[in-house]
Amino acid sequence: MSILVNKNSRVIVQGITGSEGSFHATQMLEYGTNIVAGVTPGKGGLSALDGAIPVYNSVEEAKEATDANVSIIFVPPAFAAEAIIEASFAGIEFIVCITEGIPVQDMVEVKKIIDLNGTRLLGPNCPGVITVDECKLGIMPGFITKKGSVGVVSKSGTLTYEAIDQLVKAGLGQTTAIGIGGDPIIGTDMKTILQLFENDPETDAVVLIGEIGGQMEIEAARWVKDNMSKPVVGFIAGQTAPPGRRMGHAGAIVSGGDDTAEAKMRILKECGISVCESVAEIGAKTKLALNNK
Amino acid sequence: MKIHEFQGKALLKKYKVPIQDGFVINCIEDAEATIKKVQDTFNTEAVVVKAQIHAGGRGKGGGVKYSPNFESAMENSKNILGMNLVTHQTGPTGQLVRKVYITEALDIKHEYYCALTLDRARGDHVFMVSTEGGMDIETVAAETPEKISKVWIDPLIGMKSFQARNLAYGLELEGAALKTAIKVFMNMYNCYHETDASMVEINPLVLTEDDKIVALDAKFNFDDNSLYRQKEISDMQDLHEEDATEVEAGKYNLNYIKLDGNVGCMVNGAGLAMATMDIIKLSGGEPANFLDVGGTANADTVKNGFKIILQDQNVKAVLINIFGGIVRCDRVATGVIQAVKELKLSVPVVVRLEGTNAIEAKKLLEDSGVSIIPAVSMKDAAEKVVKAAIG
Repeated sequence: MSILVNKNSRVIVQGITGSEGSFHATQMLEYGTNIVAGVTPGKGGLSALDGAIPVYNSVEEAKEATDANVSIIFVPPAFAAEAIIEASFAGIEFIVCITEGIPVQDMVEVKKIIDLNGTRLLGPNCPGVITVDECKLGIMPGFITKKGSVGVVSKSGTLTYEAIDQLVKAGLGQTTAIGIGGDPIIGTDMKTILQLFENDPETDAVVLIGEIGGQMEIEAARWVKDNMSKPVVGFIAGQTAPPGRRMGHAGAIVSGGDDTAEAKMRILKECGISVCESVAEIGAKTKLALNNK
Repeated sequence: MKIHEFQGKALLKKYKVPIQDGFVINCIEDAEATIKKVQDTFNTEAVVVKAQIHAGGRGKGGGVKYSPNFESAMENSKNILGMNLVTHQTGPTGQLVRKVYITEALDIKHEYYCALTLDRARGDHVFMVSTEGGMDIETVAAETPEKISKVWIDPLIGMKSFQARNLAYGLELEGAALKTAIKVFMNMYNCYHETDASMVEINPLVLTEDDKIVALDAKFNFDDNSLYRQKEISDMQDLHEEDATEVEAGKYNLNYIKLDGNVGCMVNGAGLAMATMDIIKLSGGEPANFLDVGGTANADTVKNGFKIILQDQNVKAVLINIFGGIVRCDRVATGVIQAVKELKLSVPVVVRLEGTNAIEAKKLLEDSGVSIIPAVSMKDAAEKVVKAAIG
């Protein structure tokens, strides 16, 4: 088991011939990810990664030829929104978009379209997902992970690595580690990932790493309180972040006032989540949570 | 990215939203001619003199003055242009007023509030209006939420006229004003959508004594990710309104925000950077900055990072915290050593490198002979840098 991806995932890389795409596709392949095709418009018929992977002009074509069900996108921001829509209409079930800097108005439209099509999207502006020893999609360093029973979900990239590193040093391995991305509009939220972990028999505990801004951690925490049987350890980054650097007046009204680190930490605690005051406590607290289970 | 009121109003005017119009001066020598031009063009004796800075609260801070005649307009222009305007949004240091907007004065019957932004949770745009214009909208939302009307706009459908009508009815408008307001709301949405704005706020939108609907102010925020396709908007950026060090950091592709403490930090990744600031505070120190060096931490980024951090005279020690994923720690270490040598750093530097090739990196730092304090975990690093800052 595990969540989102596993060794049976059949993966397309959109933007495989670009410098980012080819570099990370190579690393993913080395990790053992089952990459079946690449897509770069205009380069159909060629091959990528030293001849290992066939390249197609469109996702539709690649899917037809290889029966792929997952796609990962390394496409520049001006074209990434279309790349997601293309994969969604081609019937790809799960899309991971690494690209940083996609215009928000584009993503707002993308989100509506993938919801209508029933496609699951991770990202954009995210480090991706690793199901340990089975499938790595994205830019996370694979070697820091260790197979085990802790699920990790985070808004951030390097903070996820930090958490994984602490878990490993505390003797704890992971099932799946996921960076959901920090953009205002993203495909899959924390609550959804927690639902998947709750239903995954291999996962015994979850580490949830959030930050200031938005309401996602709070929605996730409320879901945990009502539905989650497994222990959750939480950390919120940004206790010292200066207020008002992001929020306009109108935005603050829509999102309410509970988006500071203090407010989120308080609500997480109220919902029964074991909250780390310091980032350095993630490993130890998770170990404690599993021992007390 | 933010713009000035006069720029926002120029955009609204382009989208056929009626505005309280005027002209801008950059130097006091232009005041006399410009005031006369405003009086002639808009057929008015009275004008309003308005400081142009990005922060809100200009009126309360003394940066907006009604001027009944030419003499008072001259007097107010002299006082406001070049003043250091302090508002609740500028902080105690205030902001120098480099531009003054001289506009027509209007007789106001009623003030309204209207704004468009993204509702992140729903993934729709939300258009809000209120009968309580000119006030702090957060107060209205908290105390009298029934005075705010909202419609949500599906981005795949766009704004429909029934939604604009519902907003106008929400403001209890009638007759010609009702019709104008409906057009204004539709045009405002088009402006918001086509310019990739993340927020448009008109506060107040007014009904004049002669029943015209006019935008008295205009506040815009734009999505930075979209500026590549919004040349007209990105050309409006006023670098004077940004922190000079933050602008310089942007040129190096570094994301920097200055804070008030004395412990500098340099980190890869925004989340880890915030967590590093937090743990500095928890260890008894105060972070001097947020600095995310991004995915490619090499010798140049480290060097540039030091240059940026050390422009702040308060910084007494620097913590470098890099989690090497794709970034190799030995390369970062080489960069740190090179930068410390070249810049002849006088402040203590604590370095914590973890991840790819961390062991090789530690050896490089130890063998380099430069005075760097190595640390093994975030807690260790934070405690060491706080101690070093105390001296």
